[in-house]
Amino acid sequence: MKIQSNFPANPKVSMNREARAAFFVRRKWINRAALTLSLIAMIFGVFWLMWILWETLWLGFGGMNLALFTENTPPPNDAGGLANALFGSFLMVALATFIGTPIGVLSGICLAEYHPRGPLAVTVRFINDLLLSAPSIIIGLFVYAIVVIHFRKFSGWAGAVALSLIVIPVVIRTTENMLALIPSSLREAAYALGAPKWKVIIHVTLNAARAGVVTGILLAVARISGETAPLLFTALNNQFWTNNLSGPTANLPVTIFQFAMSPYENWRQLAWAGVFLITLAVLGLNILARLLSRRK
Amino acid sequence: MTIMTTITTNTQTNGLPPVKMSVRDLNFYYGKFHALKNIHLDIPANRVTAFIGPSGCGKSTLLRTFNRMYELYPDQRAEGEILVDGENLLTSKQDVALIRARIGMVFQKPTPFPMSIFDNIAFGVKLFEKLSLIDLEERVEWALKKAALWEEVKDKLHQSGASLSGGQQQRLCIARGIAIRPELMLFDEPCSALDPISTARIEELIAELKKDYTVVIVTHNMQQAARCSDYTAYMYLGDLVEFGETEQMFLKPSCPATEDYITGRFG
Repeated sequence: MKIQSNFPANPKVSMNREARAAFFVRRKWINRAALTLSLIAMIFGVFWLMWILWETLWLGFGGMNLALFTENTPPPNDAGGLANALFGSFLMVALATFIGTPIGVLSGICLAEYHPRGPLAVTVRFINDLLLSAPSIIIGLFVYAIVVIHFRKFSGWAGAVALSLIVIPVVIRTTENMLALIPSSLREAAYALGAPKWKVIIHVTLNAARAGVVTGILLAVARISGETAPLLFTALNNQFWTNNLSGPTANLPVTIFQFAMSPYENWRQLAWAGVFLITLAVLGLNILARLLSRRK
Repeated sequence: MTIMTTITTNTQTNGLPPVKMSVRDLNFYYGKFHALKNIHLDIPANRVTAFIGPSGCGKSTLLRTFNRMYELYPDQRAEGEILVDGENLLTSKQDVALIRARIGMVFQKPTPFPMSIFDNIAFGVKLFEKLSLIDLEERVEWALKKAALWEEVKDKLHQSGASLSGGQQQRLCIARGIAIRPELMLFDEPCSALDPISTARIEELIAELKKDYTVVIVTHNMQQAARCSDYTAYMYLGDLVEFGETEQMFLKPSCPATEDYITGRFG
């Protein structure tokens, strides 16, 4: 067997040295222009973001005091805090995460590890993408129609269900993506030892994707901690402290919504303080997610 | 020529060694693509058999039929017989997990599991045996010693397997395979991601392992096949072109195609 040599000697058409130099200079200018444009775009975006953050921190920080965490939401023009709203939000977010995480992780496993190209997976993936980008007000209305009307009562349970419907698609998506990133060689190595599928998934693939999956859950929590529309239709709000989720439940986003629109100075100050707290919480969750996904 | 002198020591047996695995009329398909054509091969027990050939010739595919690895992918299928102790692995009623426990495999890239060095080995053992912690520790130590890794990791068994170097990771994978006490060990280009020193250690290890196990190794590296195998199979485009003692194959192959490949005129 001999390699046939039918390689052509030189290309037919080529630029001379000067033309190539001019061409190169032009390319450098285009490069500079593109860099400048993208810098301007970045500055424009970051400017608004910084402004929002600054305004939030500035106005919210003024309302920081201990009463915020110990006293319930006050009537107009009276002193008070956000304790009931914080607690209600915490309960519902925790419950929604508790409901949504196992469903999301298990579905993500199903999509990534069992028949990832089957018709079922393709359909589920498509519907999940729809759910992922569905406006949260639709989810709020849906739970209102299904749960609130059925029980004839706004409730914290309904709020948690609505929030969990936002958690599920986020967790499904991240779990599936993280599992898909695990090289098949790792899976094969585990199968080559004679491990059954469920052990391969739990001990090897899911274990390897753990940081990414946890990051996805944290980001889902960050996402729902500020959701207002789903709660407006489900948990409504409550002026009082309650740990009974079967009635209207106080929560931070709806409180902010009501207070910020009010004509009362003290309510507006509390709204800013609430915004400040949510921003801090989301920032904290994002930093935690970053740290987790960096640690390997 | 130094290669040849090392081989001669391997060929003092009179007559053929007992056969561990017999491949009969094996055909393999990736969907419609016919990747292995009527493979007929006897793999001798307690010897190292090397599969060589250019990329895409089917040597890895053949190796992956031995532990039914291809079953993970629905469009791949094998027909024919792979007999181990008289039983056809391809149609065996046995659970495929039990087959894989008898036939260990080490892959091209080191694949430490995302767990400690200890657990990397204990994971496989615990699949098939219920051992007390003391027995389990003893087994892990035994496997690591067998894989010539014990001295390097005995003080950090609870560190992550990923913290080891590439060569150490590959030996960890070998330890993991032998810890469940298989009969055969399959190596799929085990050194292609390693530096020469790590490669030398793995090759020494393979030579050592054949005392207890039947070893099959796929390699792109002809010198490696010459250095560490007793038998060599040359494959080309899904056919088994020639199979014989390594010395024979490298000194005077009976088939001109084999000679072209081995002498580097092609491939």
